[in-house]
Amino acid sequence: MSAQLQLLNADAFNHTIKRLCYELIENHNNFEHTVIIGLQPRGIFLSSRICEELVHITGLKNIPNGHLDVTFYRDDFRRRENPLVPNRTQIDFIIEDKNVILVDDVLYTGRTIRAGMDALLAFGRPKKVELMVLIDRRYSRHLPIQPDYVGKVVDTITSDNVKVKWNEVDGKDEVLMITENQVKL
Amino acid sequence: MSALSVKHLLGIKDINANDIEMIFKTADTFKEVINRPIKKIPSLRDITIANLFFENSTRTKLSFELAEKRLSADVINFAASSSSVSKGETLIDTVNNILAMKVDMVVMRHPYAGAAKFLSKHVNATIINAGDGAHEHPTQALLDAFTIREKVGDLKGCKVAIVGDILHSRVALSNIFCLQKLGAEVMVCGPATLIPKYIHELGVKVEPELKKALEWCDVANMLRIQLERQDIKFFPSLREYVMRYGLNKEILNNLSKEIIVMHPGPINRGIEITSDVADSKQSLILQQVENGVAVRMAVLYLLAGAIK
Repeated sequence: MSAQLQLLNADAFNHTIKRLCYELIENHNNFEHTVIIGLQPRGIFLSSRICEELVHITGLKNIPNGHLDVTFYRDDFRRRENPLVPNRTQIDFIIEDKNVILVDDVLYTGRTIRAGMDALLAFGRPKKVELMVLIDRRYSRHLPIQPDYVGKVVDTITSDNVKVKWNEVDGKDEVLMITENQVKL
Repeated sequence: MSALSVKHLLGIKDINANDIEMIFKTADTFKEVINRPIKKIPSLRDITIANLFFENSTRTKLSFELAEKRLSADVINFAASSSSVSKGETLIDTVNNILAMKVDMVVMRHPYAGAAKFLSKHVNATIINAGDGAHEHPTQALLDAFTIREKVGDLKGCKVAIVGDILHSRVALSNIFCLQKLGAEVMVCGPATLIPKYIHELGVKVEPELKKALEWCDVANMLRIQLERQDIKFFPSLREYVMRYGLNKEILNNLSKEIIVMHPGPINRGIEITSDVADSKQSLILQQVENGVAVRMAVLYLLAGAIK
């Protein structure tokens, strides 16, 4: 048996995205030297949402938004049963000397972000890299990586699973924690 | 997410349409990778690959080596002409000695058909066939089909004519298997002496006349006359071959539609294809070479993923 706990409902989800946008605006002013890059496969939804919202709030025409796939930079290639199938990388702008905001949905062990930073450097040398995540599963890091912008911090154990659902693909916005019920109360 | 159905790439005959589709999808992403400012990725950094070429090669060898290096694998090269093979060492001994130096994968070209399969049964390494005699050349067929797919979208129903020396061509056989598995129709065209006797049993059309073949097809894959494999005369003279089977601009312009022209290289300009055709917009020859690196990266990546 597993139990589901809703961490964010659709309203809270939207408020969180708006707050993250205002935090970005505080630090990045007019976004002249800033680009936003979402990590494949599911960080791209947050990065698109953030960009749309930023355009809406600031009235800026175009904030560069890219997709980065980290498959080839992962440290668990050949440690899995099957080869990892890659996703599409799309970065149509120059990241040299830019402030890059890496975006992902859930931060857990930090290994994906480590691979993401490696993958990012194949495109040039950014001035600064920051990390934004919707959900931070704290106390579960395998690497010394911390986010700069966090939607919500949650405490979880390894057997828990945090699932971010997106309107674009899942039909609604919400964040669920799925817990294996091992202890009978 | 899944893996290829095979442990080695010995021929297109052994793999299925899903495998080919997975190789193509992976190759799409590698094509993006090799157009980045930094083209190297770390996936195969703990893999060592030996390139064993018992027969001459330029494109295939460079393409494999580049693909291996782009994936960060360690690479050793071996050419039969400058090795102990000329001192009488057997194939298995040569390869086992190389494997004793802890090599994970072997890319091999060999003048005898079946050499790659033979090796895969007797040594403990992942084998990729880079051409075995007049049998198969799987990565060439994959990159040809990948290039057509890039140009026309879906290969289903696409008509491909393979023209020239079908009898001695490993490219032809691998292409026939690959194109048919992807749903394309295949025709072979050439002098009767260079068409294998039982080729129709593979389900391909046979057409002795170049113009009719070109009129039928969407893609023409022009093969080189493999003089090095012809110990007897298969046609009266090269001049006569050029007159009947050489592709020139005039023939191309007189067709009722625009077709795609491909060539696996090396080109003999003025024989199977004239310079103005080889360098024309309809020719995909250099795209084939570019895609070759991406497709070989995909094959190496997917096979290496299964090495534990």
